[in-house]
Amino acid sequence: MKLTLNIWRQKGPNDAGRIVKYEMPNVDEHMSFLEMLDVLNEDLIHKGEEPVTFEHDCREGICGCCGFMINGLPHGPQRGTTVCQLHMRQFHDGEELWLEPFRAKAFPVLKDLMVDRSAFDRIIAAGGYVSVNTGCAVDGNAIPIEKQSAEMAMDAAACIGCGACVASCPNASASLFTSAKIAHLGLLPQGQAERDRRAVRMVAQLMEEGFGYCTNTGECEALCPKGVKLENIARMNRDYLKAAILYREENASAGGA
Amino acid sequence: MSTIAVGGLNRTAALYQSVIGKKVIMAVTGFILSGFVLGHMIGNLQVFAGPEKLNAYGAFLQSLGGALWAARIVLLASVGLHITMAVQLTMLKLEARPQPYVKKTALVSTYAARTMIWSGPIVGAFLVYHLLHFTTGQAHPDFKPGDVYANVITGFRNPAVSLFYMVANILLAFHLYHGVWSMFQSLGVAHPRYTPLLKRVAQTFGIVVGLGNVAMPMAVLTGILSL
Ligand code: HEM
Ligand code: SF4
Ligand code: FES
Repeated sequence: MKLTLNIWRQKGPNDAGRIVKYEMPNVDEHMSFLEMLDVLNEDLIHKGEEPVTFEHDCREGICGCCGFMINGLPHGPQRGTTVCQLHMRQFHDGEELWLEPFRAKAFPVLKDLMVDRSAFDRIIAAGGYVSVNTGCAVDGNAIPIEKQSAEMAMDAAACIGCGACVASCPNASASLFTSAKIAHLGLLPQGQAERDRRAVRMVAQLMEEGFGYCTNTGECEALCPKGVKLENIARMNRDYLKAAILYREENASAGGA
Repeated sequence: MSTIAVGGLNRTAALYQSVIGKKVIMAVTGFILSGFVLGHMIGNLQVFAGPEKLNAYGAFLQSLGGALWAARIVLLASVGLHITMAVQLTMLKLEARPQPYVKKTALVSTYAARTMIWSGPIVGAFLVYHLLHFTTGQAHPDFKPGDVYANVITGFRNPAVSLFYMVANILLAFHLYHGVWSMFQSLGVAHPRYTPLLKRVAQTFGIVVGLGNVAMPMAVLTGILSL
């Protein structure tokens, strides 16, 4: 099939960037979207032009590396699918596509379709972990976990940190991502010890990074390639509210006898 | 921007300063205001029961004295906080995506949800006019203190005034259509069993308040209600 691509080209973080049009006369419908871009890049390299930069790693929908906007939708038109798993049969002959990077102040564009998502790493580093003692491995299943909680934690843990939720949000909010981590750990017994601190710190970091706020539009949930649920955001709000009111700083004088 | 808040917790995370805290304030004040608009509408629908009923209701409210003022203060404080949060959060939103998309598609968000920041301020401006119109009378050419019924009829006979009331209340309906569900989510209330129900309740709430409020100017314009 024949496609017209309008791709955001930006030389570096300080370049203004612009849309450049490319004609793809012969696209195989069995290619993945990234393979189609590989073909374009081969072509550009042969012509001595700069290839289009985009991020990718696993190409099987599990690493969270890939992701950009196709016609205004992060990861393109197929629900529950990362762009690396998107196939050209989702498009039709003669279609015109618009490819842009995810846009948010907290996700500065590095080059073309690639953005810096290290803000997510810093949100995780601020509290998205559990502390465990090293030494012998603990017995599997030593701690009973309610089946339903395990399932919900697993669903939240499916988040691959791709950033589509931020990209799709009209407010560039990172609530779905942050709440996925808070829910994933907060639903499990191992996550209880640091639960309050996690909520307070991760939310503080989320603001520090310059993400917007959540207006519950639901775009993120619909566009998340891993189906992370909006319900997690309510859970984050709950955890945060409780923690912000009751949490004691470590250096606060310890009470008790 | 690129530091991690791992040292002793600094109180930027304090409730008021956080995005979640602000949304909580928005939700609580929104809840109070939603309760008010429902009660206000039900009270006003007594206009259909005739002048005696409505004027007696007006006189009853006035007779509350201190309690009326207490309610007014709570409502004014709610409006003030609600607007302050709306402005602060909107600024944050504008900062959060300095460069807009060339192309952006909205998939599931409702029109009501995307236009909260438009429906809100227009309702706010309407509120000021509405108070000057029916409560204090400065914006009402034939204002008769105490004769609520006459004020409503003569006020709404002006088509431009009625039109503004209808537009503002349709926007209020939109605001509530999303807001009344959104406030529960902001306060952390979500459950697969109850959330769909809550959404329907919110949508119904918006539509009922909208219809009830639009009915009054409409009835005067069409001559169903007259002096
Ligand atoms: C009678 C007046 C009003 C009522 C009953 C009302 C009600 C509500 C409710 C229930 C919410 C949801 C809160 C939440 O999501 O946590 C809300 C949100 C909001 N309101 Fe109002 N509101 C009123 C007036 C205003 C005014 C005057 C403004 C103007 C500045 C405004 C701007 C907003 C904004 C920006 C939001 C946030 C939207 C969102 O989070 O999706 N509202 N309102
Ligand atoms: S919540 Fe979904 S959209 Fe957001 S980062 Fe995780 S996987 Fe991507
Ligand atoms: S490249 Fe790993 S998820 Fe797409």
